[in-house]
Amino acid sequence: VEQHVRADLPGVAPPRREGSRKRFGQRVAPYVLGAPAGLWLAIFFLVPLVTMLSLSLQTCDPVTLACSMTWNFAEFPQQISTYSSEFVRSIAYGGAATVIDLIVAFPLAYWIAFYGGKRKNFFLLMLLLPFFVSFVIRTLAWSFILSDSGIIFGTLKSWHLLPESYHILSTGTAVVAGIAYNFLPFTALPLYVALERIDHRVLEAAGDLYATKARVFLKVILPLAVPGIFAAFLLTFVPAAGDFVNASILGGPGNTMIGNVIQTRFLVFNDYPSASALSAILMGVMLVGIFAYSKILGSRTIEEYI
Amino acid sequence: MTDDHANRDLFSDPSFLRGLTQRRFTRRDVLRGVGAGAGTLSVAALLAACGTKGVAPAGSGAANAGIGTADWWAKQKKTDQLNFANWPYYIDTSHGKHPSLEDFTKQTGIDVNYTEPIDDNTSFFAKIRPQLQAGQYCGYDIVVLTNNDAPLSQMISFGWGIPLDHSKMPNFDKYASPLVTNPSWDPGNKFTMAWQSGYTCIGYNTKYIKEPITSIQSLWDPKYKGKIGMMGIATELGSFGMLALGIDPATSTPDDWQKAADKLEQQKPLVRSYYDQSYIHALKNEDIWISMVWSGDIFQAATYQGYPQLKAVIPTDGAMFWTDNMIMPLYAQNPASAMTYMDSVYDPNVAAEIEDYNAYVCPVPSAKEIILNDLKDPAVANNPTVFPDKTVESRSKDYFEFKNSQELTEWNNTFVPIFQG
Repeated sequence: VEQHVRADLPGVAPPRREGSRKRFGQRVAPYVLGAPAGLWLAIFFLVPLVTMLSLSLQTCDPVTLACSMTWNFAEFPQQISTYSSEFVRSIAYGGAATVIDLIVAFPLAYWIAFYGGKRKNFFLLMLLLPFFVSFVIRTLAWSFILSDSGIIFGTLKSWHLLPESYHILSTGTAVVAGIAYNFLPFTALPLYVALERIDHRVLEAAGDLYATKARVFLKVILPLAVPGIFAAFLLTFVPAAGDFVNASILGGPGNTMIGNVIQTRFLVFNDYPSASALSAILMGVMLVGIFAYSKILGSRTIEEYI
Repeated sequence: MTDDHANRDLFSDPSFLRGLTQRRFTRRDVLRGVGAGAGTLSVAALLAACGTKGVAPAGSGAANAGIGTADWWAKQKKTDQLNFANWPYYIDTSHGKHPSLEDFTKQTGIDVNYTEPIDDNTSFFAKIRPQLQAGQYCGYDIVVLTNNDAPLSQMISFGWGIPLDHSKMPNFDKYASPLVTNPSWDPGNKFTMAWQSGYTCIGYNTKYIKEPITSIQSLWDPKYKGKIGMMGIATELGSFGMLALGIDPATSTPDDWQKAADKLEQQKPLVRSYYDQSYIHALKNEDIWISMVWSGDIFQAATYQGYPQLKAVIPTDGAMFWTDNMIMPLYAQNPASAMTYMDSVYDPNVAAEIEDYNAYVCPVPSAKEIILNDLKDPAVANNPTVFPDKTVESRSKDYFEFKNSQELTEWNNTFVPIFQG
């Protein structure tokens, strides 16, 4: 459109040759710029994904690991029925941890975004600081902190505030708490980005129109934060439901998550097809759930926040 | 039939009407159809192409032909390097260094690159397997694998181990304990020499459990509900279930396995958790008071790490005896150095130095006198779980040996659901 207008202006020659060259450059640029990422995805995402889907339909010998394609679709219903309780538990634990994270992270992100002032970056760094220590080490640290005679429960028990047999480790509570702790920054950062973008004049305008503070929050801030909440939910829930570290370190019998089952199928049983099928099922369940969820929240601006 | 006739009938001809009202099948449709078909086929082909060939049966591969024969060994030159992969906390350590390795380097000029990448047989084997399968050096000249787990027997049966040079094992021939010579998992020590052995037995905290523990049945005692630890490792857990029933795991049948699984299932409400080696942290943190343990862990914790209240016992019902074996993976780059090193640890002085730290079961009985007289450490020297006496030896039980993959899968299917699910 712009070129058309410029060509019509008197005395300005249509910059045809330069324009076509530019247009060619413009056409090619996105592909050139996107190539490294595309190549990365192809090698490290597509290839493993196809391999996994393929393995899930094969039959393998657990000793020699010789695999051949048998289109064994029966693997899927069989794995679903065997491990349905682990699937349900993973989604329940992941969901509970995500809800806890949203409740904890929202005020945190809100405070940094609205009252952080000049120190915003400092507070964000503090939020990310635990990430400088390995995930597994942090989880192991919790198994020490929460141990039966550790700093917290040992003290409370010595004051007779808790019965001697009370324990948190090896329970579902410990697993959910561990996941919530480990994934908190994944929730807080997208929420912060969404809240930080809110134009303060909009809030003032709402105040000018006699909205109470609660109404401003419910009618202005919360709707504007929806894309952030959506992104935070995705970034937290998806890895949380597939987590196996927290269940293996903080959990006990009866807290097995699907990630632990997949690990055992791979490493103990050497049963690659069933492990691949379980991974594919987990991925499928997640994709369907997220698709439904995005339809409900109808968030078109999601890509801005991830 | 005239043209007229044909024209008149044209509109009553259903195929003509269909042609007018419906889209024709164009060249583009054909191309699209072919494309879609090819796409489906190529996805199918792609999925099907991912099959793997697996392992060639032992001995048939040209890759390992001749390796390990006297001729081959004669051609191997001594190198000044050795890559040794072991388990954590499994060699004498002092201020971050390993004195026995430093002495070895001084004597032989061989620099030992000692690493501790193994904390589980199966997952370590899964890591080196792709290289071995591709006919490449896996980065280690010696790896240490346990006899009670599948990877060691797989290394041997796939032909992925280098046969030992029996002309270069003077110390082993002279000093090795009968417990580790000519073992059932490697007849004639064709491929392996033991690094250490050990017992899977019972450990408990004497601060909370005052009565002396003598039997595996204590792990089923409701008194200790919520304070009992078991191992979430199928071979260990299943074997202990059988010991509790008085069944010898080595000669057990699938029926016995099921009985053991039922026995372990009864125990489940009493069990705090099913641990890997992390049981030792749970014992130290007092999360559990009594547990299935590996003998040396408890000794190290009680003696060197400040937990004297922890105690290991060999129960009257029996304890599982296992051996960690040194094996040279195929395509090892420094086999002559590896032979020199493996035999050197059977020198009683070296064995004593290593054992005084490890306190598992020493493969060299004559190291006992050296630990007692030279190193002046009677706690290790007189410990029946380090130098087993007749009573302990009589209680030692061997693991069941899996003859094929079906047996292994059945065992796992019987015992894994106890700790997972």
